[in-house]
Amino acid sequence: MSGVRVLVGTRKGAFVITADGKRDRWDVSGPHFGGWEIYHLKGSPADPNRLYASQSSSWFGQVIQRSRDGGKTWETVGNKFVYEGAPGTHLWYDGTPRPFEFARVWHLEPSLTDPDTVYAGIQDAALFRTRDGGQTWEELPALRTHKSAAVWQPGAGGMCLHTILLDAGHPGRIFVAISAAGVFRSDDDGKTWEPMNRGLRSEQIPDPTAEVGHCVHRIAAHPSRPRVLFMQKHWDVMRSDDAGESWQEVSDNLPSDFGFPIDVHAHEPNTIYVVPIKSDSEHYVPEGKLRVYRSRTGGHEWEPLTKGLPQSHCYVNVLRDAMAVDTLDPCGVYFGTTGGQVYVSPNAGDSWAPIVRDLPSVVSVEVQTLP
Amino acid sequence: MTIRVVLPAHLRTLARVDGELKLDVEGPVTQRSVLDALEASYPMLRGTIRDHVTRERRAFLRFFACEEDLSNESPDAPLPEAVIAGAEPLLVVGAMAGG
Repeated sequence: MSGVRVLVGTRKGAFVITADGKRDRWDVSGPHFGGWEIYHLKGSPADPNRLYASQSSSWFGQVIQRSRDGGKTWETVGNKFVYEGAPGTHLWYDGTPRPFEFARVWHLEPSLTDPDTVYAGIQDAALFRTRDGGQTWEELPALRTHKSAAVWQPGAGGMCLHTILLDAGHPGRIFVAISAAGVFRSDDDGKTWEPMNRGLRSEQIPDPTAEVGHCVHRIAAHPSRPRVLFMQKHWDVMRSDDAGESWQEVSDNLPSDFGFPIDVHAHEPNTIYVVPIKSDSEHYVPEGKLRVYRSRTGGHEWEPLTKGLPQSHCYVNVLRDAMAVDTLDPCGVYFGTTGGQVYVSPNAGDSWAPIVRDLPSVVSVEVQTLP
Repeated sequence: MTIRVVLPAHLRTLARVDGELKLDVEGPVTQRSVLDALEASYPMLRGTIRDHVTRERRAFLRFFACEEDLSNESPDAPLPEAVIAGAEPLLVVGAMAGG
């Protein structure tokens, strides 16, 4: 029987959690790298036993870990992320220029076809790539040197490149999202980039419809329909039907359109999931109720999913990289909270159960569907 | 010279070592030469004690020896005689800070 492997990054270590296809009995391994912040770990689509993890600490900086056996053992690989050429400047919180400075790796996106190739999104925002399994990392500098970069500003969490989408049907096409600059697209494997923020509206910046400056929290697409993108912005849930060229708001009846993650059902490209959060200053769910909202119409019409989730006195957040779907049938949906719970729905959101309840604050959740 | 070095727990785990390290250091025994020898023996520690490019000490780490804070000494200043003689270790210490 096929199974799943859930990769959980937390503020104090990583956890590797497995189950068979029924997804009701879980084996928890960890903490790996205890005491370190694990912003993200993810497996290679080309070799599911090849995993990469971003391990970081305010004291000791950045470490990258690699596993060749599905997370049973790990080895350190290269951790040298150096901007190519002059770092240049972006705007600091007070509006003054500040040099780009490496802080940490937020997101690791393994190539769809080569287990040795991985893209890394870092803070301060730039895109790096390894082609040797993580031993060495090179910047794709055209993004950081884009003409708009001098006016990018950090969000509250830092100026991070947190989302990387690779398009299997369009080799060389990469989408990235940066807080708070917005979405950029390359059609030539990172050699050139264009902002993809038309239609976004952010009242928190001087020109609400500016070409860049939007605090995009997450974008997602279904592999079979990569021109259709979904976005959870600082405020607003958005949709693009033209590969990011333009966006329309689809928040409609959500109780709040603030949030962080957004994901797409594995078999229904028009079914999407968000977790509304009360506001940008109140980073917890509205009314003390943990509710995932599902739209089966690609936005506009949303239904709350509550069965098995706490519906009183709950004040957790779900961060941008902390939701994932498996490819079993029915599709499994997973998310982790800042309260240390990881929930699974083995039936596309109809009901939920905790996999674990008391981990450190969860930063990221990925899932692998295993043969 | 054989120099004794004590790492904080998280770096011992990263380097897969227990307890105190002993490093052979050629030439003048300074912060720089000891850290060079440390990183040569344990490459996974590169970037975790000092910056890859600037080679400056990471802000939340300190270097102590013989009950003195050497963190702001020149990286090329000789370490205390007791460290050079192997009587005392060089301590790499994580700053007391939350988290």
